[in-house]
Amino acid sequence: MYQYNEFDKAFLRNRAAQFRDQIERWQDGRLSEDQFRPLRLQNGWYVQRHAPMLRVAVPYGELSSAQLRVLGRVAREYDEPEAEVYSRALDAQRKLGTVRLPTHHAHFTTRTNVQFNWIPLAKAADVMDLLATVNMHGIQTSGNCIRNISCDERAGVAPDEIADPRPFAEIMRQWTTLHPEFAYLPRKFKIAMTGASEDRAATEWHDVGLRLKYDEHGALGFRVTVGGGMGRTPVIGAVLREFLPWQHVMNYIEAAVRVYNQYGRRDNKYKARIKILVKSEGQHYIDDVEEEFRQIIEHDGGPHTIPDAELERVRAYFLSPEGLAARKQQPDPLAATALREAAAHTPQLARWLERNVAAHRDPALRIVTLSFKRLLQAPGDASADQLDVVADLVDRFSAGEARVTHTQNIVLPWVHADDLLALWNAARAAGLASANVNLLTDMIACPGGDFCALANARSLPIAQAITERYQDMDELEDIGEIDLHISGCINSCGHHHSGHIGILGVDKDGSEWYQVTLGGSDGTEASGPAQAGKVIGPSFSAGEVTEAVQAILQTYLSLRASGGARACRETFIETVRRVGIEPFKAAANRVRTLAEEIA
Amino acid sequence: MSTAFNIRLLTADEHAAENAADSKRAESSVVTLANDVDPLTLRDAIAAAQRVELHFPSFTDGRAYSQAYLIRRRLGFTGDLRATGDVLADQLTQMERTGFSSAVLTSDVNIDDARRQLQRFAAFYQGDAAHDAPFRRPDAV
Repeated sequence: MYQYNEFDKAFLRNRAAQFRDQIERWQDGRLSEDQFRPLRLQNGWYVQRHAPMLRVAVPYGELSSAQLRVLGRVAREYDEPEAEVYSRALDAQRKLGTVRLPTHHAHFTTRTNVQFNWIPLAKAADVMDLLATVNMHGIQTSGNCIRNISCDERAGVAPDEIADPRPFAEIMRQWTTLHPEFAYLPRKFKIAMTGASEDRAATEWHDVGLRLKYDEHGALGFRVTVGGGMGRTPVIGAVLREFLPWQHVMNYIEAAVRVYNQYGRRDNKYKARIKILVKSEGQHYIDDVEEEFRQIIEHDGGPHTIPDAELERVRAYFLSPEGLAARKQQPDPLAATALREAAAHTPQLARWLERNVAAHRDPALRIVTLSFKRLLQAPGDASADQLDVVADLVDRFSAGEARVTHTQNIVLPWVHADDLLALWNAARAAGLASANVNLLTDMIACPGGDFCALANARSLPIAQAITERYQDMDELEDIGEIDLHISGCINSCGHHHSGHIGILGVDKDGSEWYQVTLGGSDGTEASGPAQAGKVIGPSFSAGEVTEAVQAILQTYLSLRASGGARACRETFIETVRRVGIEPFKAAANRVRTLAEEIA
Repeated sequence: MSTAFNIRLLTADEHAAENAADSKRAESSVVTLANDVDPLTLRDAIAAAQRVELHFPSFTDGRAYSQAYLIRRRLGFTGDLRATGDVLADQLTQMERTGFSSAVLTSDVNIDDARRQLQRFAAFYQGDAAHDAPFRRPDAV
């Protein structure tokens, strides 16, 4: 992992001190509410439905065990509302039917950050100081600026990797941090990056998507897409450059953002994202960016051209952890036998090995996903105690390093094959061994109307109801790989547009309804080219959603083509693409009619 | 940190007085740009100007930062580059770094609060209108 030097550390301390100063001026009235808002947002502080919310940046999703422990400490010591705030929140949510509003929790988000829902703003400065002790912060996790860069959770360890994106992500983290020109863009700006052939970072759904590749001469560079985004106008990014030499990635994005800063719309916040500019200007935007890039190189001298030495300096932080190499040379034959025997007698273990354990570029190692999708806890939620357990697991089994995934799980990237049985036992004891990665219950869900001020409907009770309905592992395996994504409003933090099944909360006359979409894709090989799902008709009431999902899945089971062998079986998304949405729509509509007749 | 354009802070009255004095001198020239104007289209006027004034209609409208950068770095303007409009304490560092050399504070900004913000960071991660990126400096960490 990147190690913070004295400059980085002093920078964060200064940032924390600056925020403390800003809070004080806001508290004594020197800063108005409007003047303070963008300052707190650019430090990760929102004001939500019931309480403030802190979003902590996890640059390119990489976390150390020490950072996990401090996140656990923040959850334990600070994620606690004042009694009056909490009782008001409970009263309000009970009226909607919510029974749980957990405190002392952290939440992993679809942009691989970590959120806390209950920290009083009066304690904000103390929390920022505490986070700074492990090089963490909330810089640019909100606001109309370049946000935290998200990345492939298997960066540096995936067998399908072309080049490790993390050194570039780190260099760009530095470049984006407090960039003076781009702190007040028309709207937020999100970059995602991958260096693998499989796109696990949903790059084409981002304002800028970067994919490392080699050109025909063997030079390394990026394919650059621009103008992707969800929200009320889902757009897949357009190719801005098929190949950009890596040295110029910051010069080039500077050109793209500068043109956006000057010409992006500021009169309507729903039309202010770069995707709208790219759509309205098309080739004109691309020409402007290319001309600005040329000027940056030829006239300005390429101020952010990355020198070879700088890339090498940063790359040195991302070598394989020491200690793993020595151990690899002495594989333990007993461990392999014990694992095989245990798996033969323990179906849960066999399933976990199949679902949650992936190949590593090093044959002696494995990539293991700890699933944060289980009963009684929201997708991506981790209690203070669980964060401590994860930190211990990460120390014992993954060289002190973890990754947050955009599907709201945690990945251990450096697990020795001999440790799988011990890891499974420990993860199971902590409730983090659901063998459901990529299955229906491994769903994405935003915090929704239980926490978020923007939400039109609650997401978590829908996630919970579907999770409760689908607890039979045989049934889940039979349904197979499927992406179910739930957002509580059109802002799409739950990525409903890219779900094979997408569920979107909408407000109709003050009550919660849910629109269902089918056929969306985040752009992985299994899901097909990135695209937004299609709506299957009028929205469903909360009580109908699970049945609608059930009807859709039944339709899939009856329609899927089968080659006999399991491996040849059509997946849900393949069937949707082959037969279209009509049969699913008809089945879901029958549920609606039934429920309404019974009512 | 030594900046090439240590930003000079003015009150509205000081700014008005300077403008009045300037307008009496025949050779003086002040170019004022709205924030939706491309400064590259006013190359000659800017080259002849002693001062260019860029406007922030609201502190959350960041277009003038790009204008300032282009005027300094692309057009090589060396005169006074002034921020007017909704100029608050917490955006002064960004102004200084994008090339502004003076700023007219709104009346409710405390001058000490403003100066404190300018002294907070010794250095930054990226290059700006006045500085190279750290990895291009000989003393880079």
